[in-house]
Amino acid sequence: MNEDRTFLIIGASQAGGWVAQTLRHEGFEGKVILIGEEPYLPYERPPLSKAALLGEVTVDSTYFWSQETLDEANIETQLNTRVIAIDRNVKEIVTEGGTRMGYDKLAITTGARVRELPVEGADLPGVFYLRTMENTLAIRDAVKDGTTAMIVGGGWIGLECAATLTKLGCNAIVIESADRLCGRAVTPEISDWMLEFHTSHGVDVRLGTGIEKFQGAGQLERAVLPSGDTIECSVAVVGIGVIPNAELARDAGLEVDNGIVVDDRACTSDSDIVAAGDVTNHPNALLGRRIRLESYENAQNQGIIAGKAMLNKAEAYSELPWFWSDQFDANLQMIGLPKDWEETVTRGDKDSNEFVTFYLKDGVIDGAISVNNPRDLRIAKRLMLGKKQVTAAELINPETKMQGLLKR
Amino acid sequence: MNEIEYHAAAKTDEIPEEDVKGVVLDDEEIAIYNIEGEYYATHGICTHENIALADGFVEGQLIECPLHSACFEIKTGKAVNPPAEIDLKTYPVKVEGDTIYVGIEK
Ligand SMILES: Cc1cc2nc3c(=O)[nH]c(=O)nc-3n(C[C@H](O)[C@H](O)[C@H](O)COP(=O)(O)OP(=O)(O)OC[C@H]3O[C@@H](n4cnc5c(N)ncnc54)[C@H](O)[C@@H]3O)c2cc1C
Repeated sequence: MNEDRTFLIIGASQAGGWVAQTLRHEGFEGKVILIGEEPYLPYERPPLSKAALLGEVTVDSTYFWSQETLDEANIETQLNTRVIAIDRNVKEIVTEGGTRMGYDKLAITTGARVRELPVEGADLPGVFYLRTMENTLAIRDAVKDGTTAMIVGGGWIGLECAATLTKLGCNAIVIESADRLCGRAVTPEISDWMLEFHTSHGVDVRLGTGIEKFQGAGQLERAVLPSGDTIECSVAVVGIGVIPNAELARDAGLEVDNGIVVDDRACTSDSDIVAAGDVTNHPNALLGRRIRLESYENAQNQGIIAGKAMLNKAEAYSELPWFWSDQFDANLQMIGLPKDWEETVTRGDKDSNEFVTFYLKDGVIDGAISVNNPRDLRIAKRLMLGKKQVTAAELINPETKMQGLLKR
Repeated sequence: MNEIEYHAAAKTDEIPEEDVKGVVLDDEEIAIYNIEGEYYATHGICTHENIALADGFVEGQLIECPLHSACFEIKTGKAVNPPAEIDLKTYPVKVEGDTIYVGIEK
């Protein structure tokens, strides 16, 4: 087949990389160009707050695909290139350098950027955010054994960062303005477990307080809390959430509402443009509502759907949201996005840091969180997909064979 | 072809149906599975990241990695879904009495 179409992808990260790979897996022979602002090939972000921050892995080992693999697949990359506009009338994109590039189909996989802390002194050297490889390398350079590191935000990124910096010998202090950790994602009981767990590993967690300002002469020296208390620290890492990079799409007239609005095939309101990953607001048939996810699995699997959609081959995308986090020696995993459950029950032993908490609604599992028990979480996922009836009593009972429940 | 040497790896009653057990043989991490009463062996570490598949979940003919949910065909080692894209090595298995032996190239 003589294929002379060009498919462009804006955002050379996980979702964009999977769009490109999928185009090739599906036999597309035209041009595929991945355009990205960062200087690196698509890399895995989860290690940024874990093994890469610890210094255990090299930058190269975080790449999803090596340069050779991309070359073999004939996927072109244009790194260090920021796209500033999409001109849908002539089907071209415009880069910061003023170059115009035409497309037949376009994928927007621009992900998300960090929410900035709007306080005085947040621009001092020593105050960091954590989203990119560049951020991780800079934090690693700034800390050493004995550094006091203030972590602003007790969500996933903040807690992973606190754990890793503690392992590096830092005194980690976590400041969280809510009255519990990871409040948006887990139940109060799990928040309590997290607090206990982090405290027992030496993290100083302070709930119910924000930051008034940072101070220092040309370099961060201290944080001032609203109470007037000051904390001497030379490093601060802010992890207070992200904002989807949807402005390009919005300015081009695409529908945007907390992310680029797409359908279950990753298609935007323009039939030649798809979007995937952290930047999309998409429907989830299993949950019966629209969601925007910030997760590894969604970036991968919605990226694959978007690639297929560019070739008009997409099937409907709907999966139970799944997420994991590693903190000290705890591997947490979550399935589902429970909103209005009736009760939660815990199987296993919280004190030994090995348990699963199930959310129950109408006699079925509506979500689950596991700590150091990835297997039961996978069984929970299948019980959810099969809408199997279960009772709190049997889930709690250690004699119950979880796998047996699947046979119902 | 290098010669294959069989190592006693586990007892049959240690691995129930639809389950997996991790062992170390000749410095190699190996995962042994029971599918419908037949035993199979693959390399024990996911090809995507360094994690033991023995902590994963066996469903039908597949093993799912406990970390990022990549799946492999147990009998062939084939990577069936991302993030893994590289197949797992498989090993010959034989059962004598109640002992499972796994063959490793010398
Ligand atoms: C520190 C950290 C730890 C994480 N840990 C986990 C975890 O344990 N488990 C989990 O499930 N998920 C985790 N995640 C989330 C996961 O990494 C993200 O969901 C995933 O990276 C999203 O991929 P994406 O391709 O949609 O977006 P991104 O990875 O955000 O990539 C978007 C890319 O687009 C580029 N871009 C944006 N605008 C433009 C433009 N105008 N022109 C050119 N390029 C542009 C950006 O520079 C970026 O490279 C973590 C994330 C972080 C930051």
